Order: sequence, then C-alpha cells, then structure tokens
Amino acid sequence: MSKEQIIRFLPTIVLLLPLISAALILLFTQRYRKLSAGLSTGAVAIGLGISIFLFASQGTDNSEAGSDPKFTWLSIGLAQNDSPLPTASGQENFALDIQSLNDPLSRLMLLIVTFIGTLVHVFSLVYMRKDKGFSRYFGALSFFVFSMLGIVLSSNLVMMFIFWELVGVSSYLLISHWFEKPAAADAGKKAFVTNRIGDVGFLLGIILIWQQTSSVNIAYINSVEISTLAGLLIFCGAIGKSAQFPLHVWLPDAMEGPTPVSALIHAATMVAAGVYMLCRVFPIFTDVALVTIAWIGAITALLAALMAIQQNDIKRILAYSTLSQLGYMVMAVGCGGAEAAMFHLTTHAAFKALLFLGAGAVIYACHHEQDIWNMGGLRQNLSRTSITFIIGALALAGFPLLSGFFSKDAILMQAHLSQKPLFIIGVIVAGLTAFYMMRCVLVAFFGKARTDQAKEAHEVPGEMLLPLIILALFSVFLGAPQIGLADFLNLKEVEASHYAAMIWGTVAAAVGLIGGYMIYRNADEDPLPAKLGVLSRWMRDRFYFDELYAFLNRWTQETLSFASDWFDRWIIAGLGVKGTSGAVDVTGCLIRLFQSGNLQTYALLTVIGLLGILAWILF
Amino acid sequence: MTIGLEHYLIVSVVLFCLGLLGVIIRRNLIVMYMGLELMLNAANLALVAFSHFRDNLDGQVMVFFIITVAAAEVAVGLALIVALYRKRQTNDVTDLTSMKL
Repeated sequence: MSKEQIIRFLPTIVLLLPLISAALILLFTQRYRKLSAGLSTGAVAIGLGISIFLFASQGTDNSEAGSDPKFTWLSIGLAQNDSPLPTASGQENFALDIQSLNDPLSRLMLLIVTFIGTLVHVFSLVYMRKDKGFSRYFGALSFFVFSMLGIVLSSNLVMMFIFWELVGVSSYLLISHWFEKPAAADAGKKAFVTNRIGDVGFLLGIILIWQQTSSVNIAYINSVEISTLAGLLIFCGAIGKSAQFPLHVWLPDAMEGPTPVSALIHAATMVAAGVYMLCRVFPIFTDVALVTIAWIGAITALLAALMAIQQNDIKRILAYSTLSQLGYMVMAVGCGGAEAAMFHLTTHAAFKALLFLGAGAVIYACHHEQDIWNMGGLRQNLSRTSITFIIGALALAGFPLLSGFFSKDAILMQAHLSQKPLFIIGVIVAGLTAFYMMRCVLVAFFGKARTDQAKEAHEVPGEMLLPLIILALFSVFLGAPQIGLADFLNLKEVEASHYAAMIWGTVAAAVGLIGGYMIYRNADEDPLPAKLGVLSRWMRDRFYFDELYAFLNRWTQETLSFASDWFDRWIIAGLGVKGTSGAVDVTGCLIRLFQSGNLQTYALLTVIGLLGILAWILF
Repeated sequence: MTIGLEHYLIVSVVLFCLGLLGVIIRRNLIVMYMGLELMLNAANLALVAFSHFRDNLDGQVMVFFIITVAAAEVAVGLALIVALYRKRQTNDVTDLTSMKL
C-alpha cells in the first residue's frame, strides 16, 4: 500500500479506534480498571494525533473529499461492479456507501471531538477514580466518541442517521452512568426520549429527500433543490440533538451525569452535532426554512439565557448557558452564516468544555457540592482552577479579544446582515450571558466561604489541572485572527455590520458584566428574587416548560392510555376473548339440554332431523 | 274402486307413523320394540307395493333381506332387554337415562 492510500484510510482509523477500545473494554477488561482507562484514553489520544496530522497536512484542501475508500453497504439495482442492472422504468438505482468524509469541515470537527475527548478522558482519570463503574464509564466514553466521530465523517444522511442514533444511545449510557440514582436514570431516559422526538422528524426528512432526489449523498443533495418541508424536517433532528426550543428540556436534566460527561456531551460534541449537521447540509435550506431556523435559535438563546440567570446549581447554569449558545449557533445558521456557526461551535467547544471541567474540579474539591450559594471564596483555595474558570467565563461573556468575542461577533454580524430583530435579540442575549457568568463567578469564587466544604476545599491534582490549563489557553487564543480559524472557515466580513456587531456586542457584554458586578458584589443570597418578583420565579422554574410538558403528557398520554385501556378491556378482552368463550359456553349450555339421556327424546329428535333433511331435499 | 299404489303407500305411511308413535310415546321397551318392527314392516309393505306396480322383483328381494335382518335384530334386541331387565329390574325407558353424559 502506498503512502497516499494509507493517508486516505486515516479518518476511518480515527473512527474505528474508539470502537475497538469500547469492544475490548466491554468484552475483556471490565475488571482491570487501569487497563480499561488506558485503552480508552489511548484510542482517543491516537485519534487526536492522527487528526492533528490530517489537519496540518491537508488544511483547507478540498480535493481529497470523496476519494476515500468506500464500502458499499447497500445497493439496490446495481451489480457488483457498480454498473446498473436493468430495472423497470421509473425505478432508480440506489447505492449506499459507507465512506469517511475528508474535507475541511470534517477535519476541523474531527480535531475538536478528539481534542476535547482526550482532555475529558484525562480529566476523568482522576474525577472518576473512586467510581465503581470506572471501566464501564470508559467503555461508554469510547463508544460515545466513536458514534460522534461517525456523525462527523458521514458522507450520506443514512449513515449519519445511524451514528446519530448511536450518539443517542451512548449519551443515554453516560448520562445514566449513576443509574442507582433515580434522578440520573430518569434524566437519561428523558434525554433519549426527547431526542427520539426530533429524530423522527430527521428520519422523515431523510426519506423525503430520498424520495425527491433519489439520493441521500450529502454532496449530491447539497447541489440540488430540496423542498422547504424536507429542510424543516431535517432541522427537527438538530432541534432534538442540539436541544433547541421546544425540545430543550432534556439538556439541563442531563447534568445528572458525571461532570466530565457534561463537558464532552454538552459542550463540544453531542449538542454540537445538530449544528454541525445543519452546516453540513446548509445549501438544502430554502429561505423560509432558514427564517424558521433563525427564529427557533433566537428564541432558544433568549429563553435559556433568562433561565440561566436564576439557577443555583453551577452545572445547571452552564447547561442553560450551553442551550443559549447553541441557540446562537442555530440562529447564525438561519441567518445564512454556517461558517459563523462553525466558528462559534469551535470556540464554544473550548471554553464550555473548560467551564464544565472547571465546574467538575470545583465540585470535586468541594466534595460534590453543586450549589453556588454553598461555595464562595473558592478563589483563595483553588487559585489555579478559579483562574481558568474565570478565563472561560470571560470568553463566554464575550470579553474583548478572547475567543468568544470573535465568534460572537461573527454571529452578531450575520444577524445584523439578515434581520434586525434577530440582531437585537442577539445583543440582549450577549448582555444576559455576561450577567449570569458574572453572577456565577462572583458567587462561587469571590466573597467569603459560606460553608465548611468551601472553606476546606483543596486544589485539585495535576491531571485535572492540565486539561483546564490547555483549554484555558485555547479559550484565550482560538478566536484571534492570527490563529487563522476564521480564515480556515472562510468567514466573510462586511464592514458596516462588523462594526455594529463589535460595538453593540461589547457594550452588551460590558453592561452585563458591570450589572452583574454591582448586584452580586457582596451578596450572600440572591437579591434578584426580591427585585424582579414573579419574573425571577419564572426564570428559576424554567418558565414552567417541564410542568407544561408534564401537563400535556398527562392529558394526551392519559387520554390515550385510558382509551386503549378501555379498548383492551372491553373490545379485545371483553368482546374478543371473553365474548368467544362466553358464546361457546352459552351454546354448550343450550345444546346440553337436548342430551337428556332419554331414548325417546333422541328418537324424536332423530325423526325431526330426518324430516328436516327430507324437507330440504324435496323443497 | 281399483286399489292403486297410493292406497298401499297410505297404509304404509299410517303403519309407519303408528310405529313411530309407539317408539316415541310408549315407555315400555318391549312395546317400543314392537313399534320398531311395525315401522320396518311398513317399509316392507311399501317396497312390495312398488315391486308389484313396477313389475320388478328388486323390491321383494329387499324385503326378504329386511325380514332376515329384522329377525336377527329382534333376537339381539330382546336378549339385550332381558339382560337389562336382569341388571336394572325395569324395562321402563324413563328409568334408563345412563346415556346422558
């Protein structure tokens, strides 16, 4: 095999390594904790190495796309050598290839997933050290990385859907890792079921596209016209995976999983899959579809930012912040800025993973205390962790010259170019983001320690700090124009909008940061509920979406189950089963009356019968 | 009035119905047996009448067979009745309902 052929196989190797590791852990090394962790970490680290190599050697080179070795998984109407078989007229030949995509977008995403994956693995080595299900955890982590890489490398929608579902399964396994805890088990179920609702739309969309273009190849469908409906159905998949309104409810609950999992799933990979998919099939969306996408994104961004303001659990704050940022990305896609969305996805992956891992470190140091009002003053004891966390928070808030600033800027610019109301929402969200991150940082890290756990917190070990420091560096520099990420993504800048976005974004961030500082400077308890009253309660209770869904569920599901119960009880069991047996029973009782044992009765009946036969024959 | 086939058949039907009534109404097994014989002979009468009016001997041959079989049947039937009487001390059918399940 020549060198070039080996290079072509590299993406597939990156994809398969975690699968092999997951299989080995599942089958053989469940009992050997260190070996399992080593296998899993090694697989993703080698993947990271290969991804860096691919990224560095091929860069934006698009010529390799589609030249990777392909394996025909399913073919309809094609002979072995790809020549069409004679088919009836009107029927199309169809081949489904499993092929790793190797283009700039997939290489970037490959890098993000393996990079965050590696850091999360390293972090987990310490964080999960005392966990009973250590090997199982790493097995699931490997499986998750495999599924996620599969989405990234999919060259057609069916393959993507398969890995899409695998991500659903593996995220279920990870979220419900502590399945003895009912809340964790329920959260896993909720994530899975909610995702399934979106996936139904995705599948319908794929089928519709298949029917319209008789192909599911992404490169091909991007070059032809697709109806609005199909585009919106495809978007449904992203609504589920990327937790957009109205299917956003699963993500905050998924915080029941181990914190490194939250960093992996809810910062860089699973939730980003929806945005990645939107960018991947971006050309198929019609204008109407794009406007819908943009508004869904904007609504999500605004609602989630409002909810984040009144959360007290540090992970939940980050969860709602993730929702809000995902809404941002989706809004960018809807405004026609798939590049801006990918840009923000990349920087967000870095600083949100940093924030989640930082939260994990804080939780670890405070002996599993998650309420920020029970922390306070952590700056003294956890100086390094708190510095990285603050860097992440500032990057998220869009502090000038940090990575979040540039990517947020790109999105706001897209919104400004597209629709002014979206731009205004975007600016408001930027302000809210700065506000709630300021609140989180001030309450958790500044002031004085409010509980003993916070007082006695110790700095976390080096294996945990290392990923934090690496991610902090990336959070700072990733967005800078000198790094060239924006150029890599081919981000276009329009002067006027660019300045508007930059100025308003910075003003909003500043207002948010200063406002947060004023309110929470020396707060020992949240002053907002007193000031905002009902509104704050609504925010804290997440605008009652869960209650609303529970209510709707109760109505629809209870009515449906009542009806089916009635049908089962009275129609199937009553009329069907009991009816049959009852009819036989009654007939038997009636017929038994004839069998008196009296010879003369029998004789009479025989005569009557004979007369009957006679009458039937004669007349 | 010439006596035609229909007269024979009417007599035959009357005999048959009398026999049937005897079988259905009378309680005594022996009388029921006699009713049965009556029905057989009603059939015999009809067969002989047919044979006569169609100038064909087949019917009469049939009658001989019936008489023979009836004789055998009576022998077996009476033996059964006697055996039954010995066992149950009755020949009233209302007392003999063991054929009910």
